[in-house]
Amino acid sequence: MAGENKLYGVLAEFESPKDLLHACEKVREAGYQKWDAYSPFPVHGIEAAMGQKPSPLGWMSFIGAITGASLGMLMQWWMSAVDYPLVISGKPLFSWPAFIPITFELGVLFGALTAFLGMLLLNGLPRPYNPLFSSERFARVTDDRFFIAIEAADPKFRTAEAKDLLTKLGATHVELVEGQA
Amino acid sequence: MSESHSHARELTPGDLRLPESSLFARLPAIGGVIGLVGLGAAFGLSSADHHRIDFWMSLLTAFMYFLSIALGAMFFVALQHLTRAGWSVVIRRLAENMSMSFPVFLALFVVITLGSGHIWHHWMAEGAMNDPVLKAKEAYLNKPFFFIRAACYFAFWLWASWFMTKRSASQDESGDVSHTRVLQKWSGPIVVGYGLTQTFAAFDWLMSLDPHWFSTIFGVYYFSGSVVAFLAFMNLVIIIMRKGGILGHVVTTEHQHDTGKLMFGFTVFWTYIAFSQFFLIWYANLPEETIWFDHRMHGGWDKVSIALAIGHFVVPFLFLLPRPVKRNDFLLGLGSFWLLVIHFVDIYWLAMPPHYVDGLKITASNVAAFVGVGGLFLAAFGWNLRQRNLVPAKDPRLAESLHFQNNWG
Repeated sequence: MAGENKLYGVLAEFESPKDLLHACEKVREAGYQKWDAYSPFPVHGIEAAMGQKPSPLGWMSFIGAITGASLGMLMQWWMSAVDYPLVISGKPLFSWPAFIPITFELGVLFGALTAFLGMLLLNGLPRPYNPLFSSERFARVTDDRFFIAIEAADPKFRTAEAKDLLTKLGATHVELVEGQA
Repeated sequence: MSESHSHARELTPGDLRLPESSLFARLPAIGGVIGLVGLGAAFGLSSADHHRIDFWMSLLTAFMYFLSIALGAMFFVALQHLTRAGWSVVIRRLAENMSMSFPVFLALFVVITLGSGHIWHHWMAEGAMNDPVLKAKEAYLNKPFFFIRAACYFAFWLWASWFMTKRSASQDESGDVSHTRVLQKWSGPIVVGYGLTQTFAAFDWLMSLDPHWFSTIFGVYYFSGSVVAFLAFMNLVIIIMRKGGILGHVVTTEHQHDTGKLMFGFTVFWTYIAFSQFFLIWYANLPEETIWFDHRMHGGWDKVSIALAIGHFVVPFLFLLPRPVKRNDFLLGLGSFWLLVIHFVDIYWLAMPPHYVDGLKITASNVAAFVGVGGLFLAAFGWNLRQRNLVPAKDPRLAESLHFQNNWG
């Protein structure tokens, strides 16, 4: 690593999901804000251990769905009753029951798209590069190792303290990672 | 073991039995008395006009209402075996006990049989078959076949609920995994049999009240409401039991969250089916089909129809949508109570209009029959709760259920 590279943070390796969960609780209690846990599979209870707040994604998707449904009804009203009025099977021009299926479908479509795009946005994706990739040991995060990285950008961050804390929590290996976030 | 975050949960013998002092243990006596008094009152308070049709229709409505909860429970049990579900093991016995109430419904149906000629008089009355439309349906709509079918439905429901509950309870003693395998194998045929019997029962007992009319989706409509009502009843039972210290650390917020999600889902499913039925009939605009909705758009029934759309869809959809609501005892209980109320409105709306074409009528007999049948259903449920463990104690997936957690979302 080149010397002028900025410190990204401290990366600690754990051997089991249980150790990871325990360490997450302690890192949270130590008051760090900018840190994350990395695991090859979803670990039950990790959200609570990390102190994560419920995601706003559900509400975003709900607003997306309501928007989609409203636009769907509005579009059909405009097409059938305003722009090209045509009497079909003797029914009123604005026959709302006939417009429900498309209203429903557009609600689902907008809700799903909002959920998908909102997920990308909230996760900061797509993100082709992460400084943690420079750690050779980190490659095992997709296999059988569990990691916590505390970022140098955290207001509480002191290199020595963070290293000490993670070592004390049972990390099998602690290293400094450099690179631009 | 020093586990700070994931507690190792285990059943204690105290979790398996109802405390004698609990309300649920006294249900057989309380429910039985309320049931008999209620049914007596339903008869006594009913108007004597038209062969006491007031009483017979009240009884049928209450019967179809509570039957739907038992049917929903039986479906739920079969579904858990069919999908080899692990999460639901700790609540499955409650559903099994609800589904063991079919003997009560058989007895009630025998009583209803006495008034069948009045209830289904549109096609059972003498001379009804002079109507060419009904004549064409005579191969299906005739008394002998009607009662043979009813016997088949009850035979199947009694057998299937007994079979699944008996096997499950036997496993409590032996811990033999083969019971689980047999139930998984038979749950497929049971769900098929359930679909057929439940569909035709809804055709026979509710749809044939208006025998000119037909809707192939009608059985699914009754089914969708059944499952909503069952899940709402299940939620209330779980919440009240846990408040009373029963199953307190066996069934958790995680299980309630899931039954809440299912209840929400089936509320949307009901809406989908209800709208599909209305939509196709409205669009085609054929008189023999629209007559059914025409009855429900006049004389006060129009307001019930709108109340159903709002109360069975808009309100529960928005109310049950947020995660915290489903994880809160009071709010989930409130939503469940509401759905049980609106489900009765739904059954009432299905059953009553052909007899009250002139307008909506709510009689004392309606209320008394509801209380009466409800009392008997609760008595059967309480009696069954006392017969066996509250939890399938040796189910191979018990540990998975005890430790079940939802993901963040």
